Amino acid sequence: MALDKIGIAKRIAQELKDGYYVNLGIGIPTLVANYIPEGINVEFQSENGVLGMGPFPFEGEEDADLINAGKQTITTLDGAVFFDSATSFSMIRGRHVQLTVLGAMEVSEQGDIANWKIPGKMVKGMGGAMDLVASADNIIVAMMHTNKRGESKLLKKCSLPLTGVACVKKIVTNLAVLEVVAKGFKLLERAPGVKVEDIQNATEGKLIIEGDIPEMVL
Amino acid sequence: MINKEVKSIEDAIKGVENNMTFMFGGFGLCGIPENAIKALSESSVTSLICISNNAGIDDFGLGLLLQKKQVKKMISSYVGENAEFERQMLSGELEVDLIPQGSLAERCRAGGAGIPAFFTPAGYGTEVAEGKEVREFNGQPHILESALEADFAFVKAWKGDTAGNLIYKGTARNFNPMMAMAGKITVAEVEHLVPAGELDPANIHTPGIFVQRIFQGRDYEKRIEQRTVRNKK
Repeated sequence: MALDKIGIAKRIAQELKDGYYVNLGIGIPTLVANYIPEGINVEFQSENGVLGMGPFPFEGEEDADLINAGKQTITTLDGAVFFDSATSFSMIRGRHVQLTVLGAMEVSEQGDIANWKIPGKMVKGMGGAMDLVASADNIIVAMMHTNKRGESKLLKKCSLPLTGVACVKKIVTNLAVLEVVAKGFKLLERAPGVKVEDIQNATEGKLIIEGDIPEMVL
Repeated sequence: MINKEVKSIEDAIKGVENNMTFMFGGFGLCGIPENAIKALSESSVTSLICISNNAGIDDFGLGLLLQKKQVKKMISSYVGENAEFERQMLSGELEVDLIPQGSLAERCRAGGAGIPAFFTPAGYGTEVAEGKEVREFNGQPHILESALEADFAFVKAWKGDTAGNLIYKGTARNFNPMMAMAGKITVAEVEHLVPAGELDPANIHTPGIFVQRIFQGRDYEKRIEQRTVRNKK
């Protein structure tokens, strides 16, 4: 069975390592914070200017001066710190953040990502995404394998305006875990019950299948 | 001590003119200069170039200036929460320059810091890089981004003193410190204005040298865009 959004978040949470500073994008990536593996300490950075983000506040304890980059009310944990936007992007561009997780509309087999604009239709802007993808050493994309029309989001070439080039390292979708390698998308894991053939059919870009592909363990 | 205090909002925005470039601090509706925006929306000033990370929502923040069509151009990184903005942009009434958030912050900082331009990897290979110089450093391509300055920068802080020193609260800091540096005239509004000497000099976020006018703000709404809570168990 294909994963739901929570399943994708749980699988990505397995990529967290002790001591990581992590930036989570809006949407599925935000859910990753709920599934930090036992015994691992990580700190979440939000580009609007906070490190050490905690869970959402209890009702009645929301503070308008305390939000994340998705404009949601948040709390802070012990050791948290606030800073301005230039300092925040110094952390990002300066490669002090070890992992970036973000959503995408399209990813190409070269590791290009498009997630900020649909010409003539959606003009929201790139926010911090271009800075994040240009500098992160480790970028994981969290997304559904296909769009609402059933078309593959893993392409030979992106059709939408790019957010960054040759930057995506890993992709976790509702169907699979894939690594971007020199020749295409290397299939690493299948979602529970999903066949390699299903993944092949949902992938427009070159899919590299080597040996038996294990199922994800969630 | 050089006293920066102005007693009225009229004095605070004195000298604003049509076609000027303004900066507004804030991220979403967090840390926006509510008093200045309201006063400008009630003034006749128009054809403005506004630099702000976001464009407010339809009926609050910079949305108030957009509603009254006082803005001819917006320079922002993310404008997703404002339907009127989207309408004006798609119809061509409003010129929009969307730039990466980190580049926006650094361009403001550079403007205030006397750095005319800098190279950044952000946006390389995208439409943001069109027409910009590309240069490789350590094998990585970077694009040249120029500094931003403003005729007026409107910022909001939690506490300030009459010397113009500012302290921000929580994530309401965001773009305010860089924009304070980049304004020819920086107008700071604060929730608590105290006499000079009351703030600990070691804990000031924006030194008063960057602030030309400071005033005690009033009636802060501090709207929350995405109220998210968890259940008590």
